[in-house]
Amino acid sequence: MSTAPAAVLPTPGPARGHAHAHAAGLTEHLSHSESQRIVVGYGFWIFLISDIILFAAFFATYAVLTDSTAGGPTGRDLFDMTLVAVETACLLTSSLFCGLAGIGAQARNSRMFHGAMAVTFVLGAAFLAIELHEFADMIEKGAGPSRSAFLSAFFALIGCHGLHVFAGLLWLLTMMAQVVAKGYRDDIMRRMLCFALFWHTLDIIWVGLFSLVYLVSMAL
Amino acid sequence: MSNVKPEEESQHGDIAPGDEQGADEIGRGVRGYLIGFVLAAGLTAVSFYITRSTLVWTPSIPIALSVLAVAQMGVHLVFFLHMTSGPDNVNNLMALAFGLLIVLLLVLGSLWIMSHLNHNMMPMEQIMRMQR
Repeated sequence: MSTAPAAVLPTPGPARGHAHAHAAGLTEHLSHSESQRIVVGYGFWIFLISDIILFAAFFATYAVLTDSTAGGPTGRDLFDMTLVAVETACLLTSSLFCGLAGIGAQARNSRMFHGAMAVTFVLGAAFLAIELHEFADMIEKGAGPSRSAFLSAFFALIGCHGLHVFAGLLWLLTMMAQVVAKGYRDDIMRRMLCFALFWHTLDIIWVGLFSLVYLVSMAL
Repeated sequence: MSNVKPEEESQHGDIAPGDEQGADEIGRGVRGYLIGFVLAAGLTAVSFYITRSTLVWTPSIPIALSVLAVAQMGVHLVFFLHMTSGPDNVNNLMALAFGLLIVLLLVLGSLWIMSHLNHNMMPMEQIMRMQR
């Protein structure tokens, strides 16, 4: 917003203060709903960046503790790379379909929107199911979060991502229901924008996780 | 989505993160996502491949994986989140750049400090012996 050059602003009337003139300059070109979409999207983007920083803190903890296995199993002993590959494929494809759902919503194409959202949900749920299976398997083998500092950090980091995906799935269903109940209103479309940002960001975080948690442990 | 003409918007406006400039037709939007998907899938496949093969010198695999991960994150940002270098995206990019600065400080700083502490710490067996 600060980039609005003064030349574009209309000459302020005598009664207007500077702040008013600035706001008038913006609304002259952008309708209320468009500027609100930018403000809401930007605010949510700031939240997502703080979320990325949260993951960075968990990741830093994990990276520091990778070798602190207390004589227990290492990542190399525990991780099943085939499952990780399937998880990655699920999440990446769900990101694609989430994007398609956004396009469908903007085109007011309900079939495309609901179809793509349903595929996104199924793939996200598959990701979560595989992750839970992986966790259960590890705990069964005696490699639960209480086994070593390495495993505590691993469960905290991957579990935090899993919780985000779970929250995203609930949000996804809410969005489908809201579109059915309320239609493609401006506020619903803003929520859809935020949901898409959230889902894509989770996929970006997963890129870091599968590369620097799972694959690196195989290489070392 | 936006009814504003592109040239007007790029003159002084902002664009919401995730929104694409002038993507009003379905075909163009879908094509962007498909290109991004193919690139991301390719980079993922390379990441998985180099850990299993002897293509990359083993000690340098973590570096190669980091580079591939950063590249893939870039692909996601450009094709899925529609980040551009245009003036309407400056605010979105600046917020992201600040976040990246914090992430790098946090991760690299932790690794650096902790490796030094480990280096300077008395070996575990000696500590155990002293406690006896």
